[in-house]
Amino acid sequence: MADGTTEVAAGAEHVAEAVGHGAEAAGAGMPQLDFSTFPNQIFWLFVTLVLIYLVLSRIALPRIASVLSERAGTITHDLAAAEEFKQRAVEAEAAYDKALADARSEAARIVAAAKAEIQQGLDAELARADAEIAAQTAESEAAIAEIRKDAVKSVTQVARNTVKVLISTMGTEAETADINAAVAAHLKG
Amino acid sequence: MATETHGEESGLVFHPLDQFIVKPLFGGDGVIHWYTPTNVTLWMGLALLCIVAVFVLGSRGRAVVPTRTQSIGEIFYGFTHKMVEDVTGKDGLRYFPYIMTIFLFILTANLLGLIPMSFATTSHVAVTAVLGVGVFLSVTLLGFILNGPSFLGLFWMTSAPLVLRPIIAVIELISYFVRPVSHSIRLAGNIMAGHAVIKVFAGFAAIAAISPVSILAITAIYGLEVLVAAIQAYVFTILTCVYLKDALHPQH
Repeated sequence: MADGTTEVAAGAEHVAEAVGHGAEAAGAGMPQLDFSTFPNQIFWLFVTLVLIYLVLSRIALPRIASVLSERAGTITHDLAAAEEFKQRAVEAEAAYDKALADARSEAARIVAAAKAEIQQGLDAELARADAEIAAQTAESEAAIAEIRKDAVKSVTQVARNTVKVLISTMGTEAETADINAAVAAHLKG
Repeated sequence: MATETHGEESGLVFHPLDQFIVKPLFGGDGVIHWYTPTNVTLWMGLALLCIVAVFVLGSRGRAVVPTRTQSIGEIFYGFTHKMVEDVTGKDGLRYFPYIMTIFLFILTANLLGLIPMSFATTSHVAVTAVLGVGVFLSVTLLGFILNGPSFLGLFWMTSAPLVLRPIIAVIELISYFVRPVSHSIRLAGNIMAGHAVIKVFAGFAAIAAISPVSILAITAIYGLEVLVAAIQAYVFTILTCVYLKDALHPQH
């Protein structure tokens, strides 16, 4: 502080020098309380504040406000568009599902129709085959009956001949008509 | 107070307040007139340039998807806008540009003052008092213009018992007039104290044995001061909003 007081005396007329060397000279130690600088600070503060205010209120703030509202608008718009696209996707899915169901039922219909047609053909073929089989069976039965009749005839002939030979072997002769009647009676019995 | 030679180290000299001296920029006759360009002019001008750079140049693209600088401007805009709306209500938004001006000036000046070798304009009572008194006067005038004599109802607590009302009114009146003082001294005091403390620690750095501690302390306090710079700007602004709310809605 002793330093300071001497400098106050020395620096009274050389304010700038005193200010350069140490604040303690100018205003009781605190440059904040050096009232000689107040008009200067206040003037430049006013200038700065007015300029900042003009820059902000004329240019910066309206611009930022418009950007922010534009962004909000864009976001709202995009959300609406997204909602619409979602709606469209749902519709497309519904259409797809419908098309799929239609195709399925169509396929089922075609399958049923094909099945019915095949069944019909099959039935006809079966009937035809049955008829053929029945015809063949009848034919075969007829053939068998013929064969049996022939066989019976042959057996009768064999029996007659056998009887005739047996009788002749025994040394007697018999009437062919008698033999035939006896054989027929025997076969019947 | 400013100059003290330290015990054994005769070279250790503290000038913690020298950083606040207002100096003419261009020598001249050394006398500081009201119009002299000083370091006040320089650093206030730089604050203006910073604000222009962030808020005008940064937003010149008007991009819907913002650039980095534009988002800084938008964040400050949104932050202050919301603060004004929350505290004062919708009708306070008319005064948003003024509050934004005050907030940005104090914030930028505080932060620029933290640059080493710079000059902190907001550490001067002359500056903060103009801001504080300016807020006080405009808010008081606004209160009377908008509400007429009923603005005085701010001091008449109808919710208090009738006997206490005159006493409360006196206390309210005193606290009302203390507002600009506390409003401005708070800002200047915080900024000045922080800067002075950093300078004192810087003075200790001349002693080799203490210098690591000193440098660590400077680093720590610098971090704290960055916080203080932002917080004080915020506090000044939100108090301005609170005072504005009183003017707009004097009924409690």
